[in-house]
Amino acid sequence: MRKSFMLEELDCAHCAAKMEDAIRKLEGVSHASVNFMLQKLTLEADDSCFETVLDEAAAIIRKIEPDCRIVR
Amino acid sequence: MSRKQKRELWRILSAAGALVVVVLLTHWLEWPWWADLLCYLLPYAMVGWDVLRDAGRGVINGQMLDENFLMGIATIGAFALGEYTEAVFVMLFYQTGEWFQRLAVGKSRRSIAALMDIRPDSATVQRGEEWIEVSPDEVAVGEIIRLQAGERVPLDGVVVSGESTLDTAALTGEAMPRAVAVGDGVISGCINQSGLLTVRVTQPFGESTVSKILALVENASERKAKSETIITRFARVYTPIVVAAAVLLAFIPPIFAKHYLAAFPDWLGRALNFLVVSCPCALVISVPLSFFGGIGGASKQGILVKGGNFLESLSKVDTAVFDKTGTLTTGSFDVVSVKSEAFSESELLLLAVSAEQHSSHPVASALKKACADAVFPEISDVFEFSGRGISATVSDKAVLVGNQKLLLEKQIPFTPETDFGTQLYVAVDGQYAGCITIADRIKPNAASAIADLKTTGVRRTVLLTGDRTETAEAVATAVGVDDYYAELLPADKVDHVERILADSRRAVMFVGDGINDAPVLTRADIGVAMGALGADAAIEAADVVLMDDDPAKLALAVRLARRTMRIVRQNIVFSLAVKIGVMLVSAIGFGNLYAAVFADVGVCLIAILNASRTLKIQ
Repeated sequence: MRKSFMLEELDCAHCAAKMEDAIRKLEGVSHASVNFMLQKLTLEADDSCFETVLDEAAAIIRKIEPDCRIVR
Repeated sequence: MSRKQKRELWRILSAAGALVVVVLLTHWLEWPWWADLLCYLLPYAMVGWDVLRDAGRGVINGQMLDENFLMGIATIGAFALGEYTEAVFVMLFYQTGEWFQRLAVGKSRRSIAALMDIRPDSATVQRGEEWIEVSPDEVAVGEIIRLQAGERVPLDGVVVSGESTLDTAALTGEAMPRAVAVGDGVISGCINQSGLLTVRVTQPFGESTVSKILALVENASERKAKSETIITRFARVYTPIVVAAAVLLAFIPPIFAKHYLAAFPDWLGRALNFLVVSCPCALVISVPLSFFGGIGGASKQGILVKGGNFLESLSKVDTAVFDKTGTLTTGSFDVVSVKSEAFSESELLLLAVSAEQHSSHPVASALKKACADAVFPEISDVFEFSGRGISATVSDKAVLVGNQKLLLEKQIPFTPETDFGTQLYVAVDGQYAGCITIADRIKPNAASAIADLKTTGVRRTVLLTGDRTETAEAVATAVGVDDYYAELLPADKVDHVERILADSRRAVMFVGDGINDAPVLTRADIGVAMGALGADAAIEAADVVLMDDDPAKLALAVRLARRTMRIVRQNIVFSLAVKIGVMLVSAIGFGNLYAAVFADVGVCLIAILNASRTLKIQ
């Protein structure tokens, strides 16, 4: 399944790159990209574990940029 | 300015005011050092508390080297060295820079959103007797939608009733409105300008032109240009290296001094500058922003570029290879001359058209166009000779219309013609009657487009066609391409492109109409599809799609690409030069924290502003 999410308050481009790297390394993720200009996360992962992957991604994002949130 | 930004601005201004008061107070009053320190900590906390908080969070989350942490260390270091004013001022300067940076990023984001604002919000669809407003993705293929004047076309379809003009500027950059009437196709994303139209939907929303364009532009940022990938990789190692250098600079040189502890504060001060410039943000924001802006700006002109990598190769084009039909010519045939032996020209034409009246061959439609008002006589005994021509009985005359081969086959003597175009020989009752020449029109601006392309630095232009040598030569001379190769099969075209690729020093662009040129479009460094409004095959195969047939867009595309690459290079060189400069000056003891903060946020702001120029098209 491939889905896009808005990222609120994504303020730092360097952080966006870090998020992208970290989310790509999550288990079950086949493709991930964080677009700083569009404030958008595109996540492609197995249907079976999509929700858990999304939670893990949210945790990563919170760690790297505390103010930034995924709009689900 | 959002509320948050206003609040931030007030915070920065009041902290600045507090700093002025504190500087004056400590200047006039003789206080012990700790009272001075306490006074300075007030404005410092006002302006920098969130930086320190985020630095703390970063450390807890294992993000040691983020910007907040580095700024925190640098300013605390300055306090430790007794540089109170400098510490507060640097934090203030940093926050001001960040504030402007957020403002600039917000503005660029809004411009990008405006560029992509072609997504229709709703569609008025007929359900039973009623017209109801629904979201475009709820409309099924075959349903009837209604378009008021001024509305955006929500879905691709065919006009069922009404006539109007469509503003296609958002898709093609073309200012001339396009007239549509019953039976014409309409494309989503255009704006209905004048009349009320009812349209039968032919594509689901997800596959409509507007959805495809938006997906293409959004995904373009995922195909990163080489320079973008290099910068991202560089940014990953840049920060650790600079921080390591700072640590070494603080602790190693004092060893060679007489008293380690006496020399240490000076070297620590120099090292703090390194920490401040160690954030690569100027590069990681501005380079992708430039590519994004370049792609967005081009799409506003009706030039869809599928990725930053293609923008990069487009900027390097030195050879342009063209397909003929539909690229340099309009792709629709017209009668250009009629040479008659036995009849009048109009009689000959009418006989030929009559024989061809039920045919769907492009030749037949060209003939029909030439005598649009004529009433065709009844015909019988129609026989088609595949690839050669047609015979029929028209008003008791046996009419044969065909190419050279057909007349030779029927052993009818004729006078061969060598004019530019395709010849149709006509025989009546077994006797040669005359010849009709039809030709594809050269696009009116093809010659100026190629001349313009040459001024952008394209050194060689080549025409490849499956058509006859005479036609190829005529077109080549008329539009001014350097070389031409004619009578090519699709496989030959690939061979020729291979050879041209080997000859080119930089990049080869192939321009075709995208439908039958897929192998060549993929083989060339950069494949450009022409006239692709609505044509799926072209959007799939090409790297760059010109939404309107206009070859003049080629030079514009190359120029936009060059400009984007120039801005990218400016930003890379400028940011690195300032950062390295500040580091060198700091290492030998002439730098200060102000210069370092400028090299961080100041440079970043300038790079963003420079990058946002790519969004604007002169």
